[in-house]
Amino acid sequence: MGKKPLETKIQATDLSVYYGAKQALHRISLDLYEQEVTAFIGPSGCGKSTFLRSINRMNDLVPTARITGHLGIDGVNIYDSSVDVVELRKRVGMVFQKSTPFPKSIYDNIAFGPRLNGITERKELDRIVEESLINSALFDEVKDRLDASAMGLSGGQQQRLCIARAIAVNPSILLMDEPCSALDPISTAKIEELILELKKLYTIVIVTHNMQQAARVSEYTAFFYMGHLVEYGKTRKIFTNPSKKETEDYVTGRFG
Amino acid sequence: MGVGIGCGGWSGGVREQTNKTIHGVSCLCTLQGTVFPLHIKFPLRRIFPCPSIVFLFKKFVTLPRTTSNPFINLVLMPTKRLIGLFAVGAATFAVVAIAGLVVSTMGTFLVNGVPHLSWQFLSEAPRNNNTEGGIFPAIYGTTLLVLVMSILGVPIGTITAVYLNEYTRAGAVLPRVIRFAVNTLAGVPSIVFGLFGLGFFVQFLGGGMDKVLGNTEAVWSQPALLWAAATLAALTLPVVIVSVEEALKTVPREMRESSLALGATRWQTIWKIVLPNSTTGILTGSILAIGRSAGEVAPILFTGVVYSLPQLPDGISSQFMHLGYHLFVLSTQSPDVDKTLPLQYATTLVLLLLTFTLNFAATFIRSRLRSKQIR
Ligand SMILES: Nc1ncnc2c1ncn2[C@@H]1O[C@H](COP(=O)(O)OP(=O)(O)O)[C@@H](O)[C@H]1O
Ligand SMILES: [Mg+2]
Repeated sequence: MGKKPLETKIQATDLSVYYGAKQALHRISLDLYEQEVTAFIGPSGCGKSTFLRSINRMNDLVPTARITGHLGIDGVNIYDSSVDVVELRKRVGMVFQKSTPFPKSIYDNIAFGPRLNGITERKELDRIVEESLINSALFDEVKDRLDASAMGLSGGQQQRLCIARAIAVNPSILLMDEPCSALDPISTAKIEELILELKKLYTIVIVTHNMQQAARVSEYTAFFYMGHLVEYGKTRKIFTNPSKKETEDYVTGRFG
Repeated sequence: MGVGIGCGGWSGGVREQTNKTIHGVSCLCTLQGTVFPLHIKFPLRRIFPCPSIVFLFKKFVTLPRTTSNPFINLVLMPTKRLIGLFAVGAATFAVVAIAGLVVSTMGTFLVNGVPHLSWQFLSEAPRNNNTEGGIFPAIYGTTLLVLVMSILGVPIGTITAVYLNEYTRAGAVLPRVIRFAVNTLAGVPSIVFGLFGLGFFVQFLGGGMDKVLGNTEAVWSQPALLWAAATLAALTLPVVIVSVEEALKTVPREMRESSLALGATRWQTIWKIVLPNSTTGILTGSILAIGRSAGEVAPILFTGVVYSLPQLPDGISSQFMHLGYHLFVLSTQSPDVDKTLPLQYATTLVLLLLTFTLNFAATFIRSRLRSKQIR
């Protein structure tokens, strides 16, 4: 890799997030690159999810949340009043820690997003469902039971279904908040493999507590601590030769 | 709390033993009033406070002696223990009272009512000044009333609950005003609802409609099934709202967020995710609320029910007969109350069967929901 020129996809400048009086993020500035995997690491409560949820404006749902600074995607400030949140979220997919298939069939889960976009033609939906399942490495396991309930899938399959559901609306960014923390090692390995495939198509941001996972899947890593961005750079550098003491302590497992 | 009310209602009922039928019905109404509002919020097994007795017992009576402080040992602990014993005693009494009530009243109505149940009784109109014949017009009227009431009340209640639960932020003024109004509504005696129905629906709305439509004689501005149903719907509204809100709350936040993250609008999320996933809860809660008010007489007294009718109501602007009111008429207004006693028992049985059917339907749906969730 490293042949294509780096392009900034997401740009945060002095981004602060408050929950009521409590400040959860302190003037974060960082650039996330197109079609790369960036890992967010740091101890619980340091603001990783908060940052992630700022990228698709999920924090709008928290009544007490307030945001200052600039967060641009493709050069457009997404907190500008002219930005349509619904459209934004179609371009920024999200996969949650807890897999949340809808209690519908596998097919209907994946077709949910496309249907929201007004796609009703069965052929077109079939194509999207199949493509999303293939791209999320789930197709072979479920191709004979697309009409079965998604609740009957295993945990790992459910999480891949959520990925399929997210990519079915054709986003350009994929946010993943600890997508493997509830999964067994084999399912985790499958998802990691999948992430490496998906980065060819999407800009991926993944929150993880698993250092090995961050090292395996990401090209860049950001280390957060108590609402501050402590260090950001190439994953290899963060893990082998960090410039900050806190980073070193964290990645070597001395705290966190 | 419900337990206390239950005890109160029970002892109140005992004093009123002059008319067995009325006594039984009042007990059962108290029982329903006590049990079903709880039922909506808690699982069935919580209705009978057996687990709470164990809990109270553990909490208050079996306190360990862990301190040497004389105040705690000599004053606080004995007081706590006394309170505990009293609570346990009261709860036990309530369980026995409720169980006894159910068995004895249901038993009474079954034993005395069943022999008089017949196809004629169910399918014929009353004859001879309500001393003979059947109760079909009352069954018909009650069923129609319940239907119209549901059509009016459930959608309004559901929409209000969706608004309160999905669209408002905690602390905003309007939802607080609505909640206050709903809670106040829940505390209004049902006879007041009847008067409100007469003033608002019959005279104001009905009178207005007649004026607008240019009717020379009263068509809408008189007591009618529609107005009685509207009054009952208003009475039921608080319970429907609360139970629908409970149902909406069972849809996990993650599920809503997943939908929104896919680019669904708030309304699309409600329509495609939240409502389909709480249909069962909404149905259960609504049916319970409806079952609860199906036997209410006071709200329909001034708004549409009549003593007897020459023919079945031919539309929602007609007056109608009602099982509960018919029972009242049989047991107090008849020239020969003793002669109508079998009729009273059988009528009560039919009324109870109707409301219990609704309650069991709700319980059935709920248990189906449970087993689905486990899967
Ligand atoms: N909805 C919320 N309301 C109030 N405080 C919140 C909320 N969500 C997160 N926080 C607070 O913000 C801080 C950062 O949380 P979060 O972003 O979830 O951390 P992480 O994902 O790194 O564990 C924590 O102190 C947390 O308590
Ligand atoms: Mg988190």
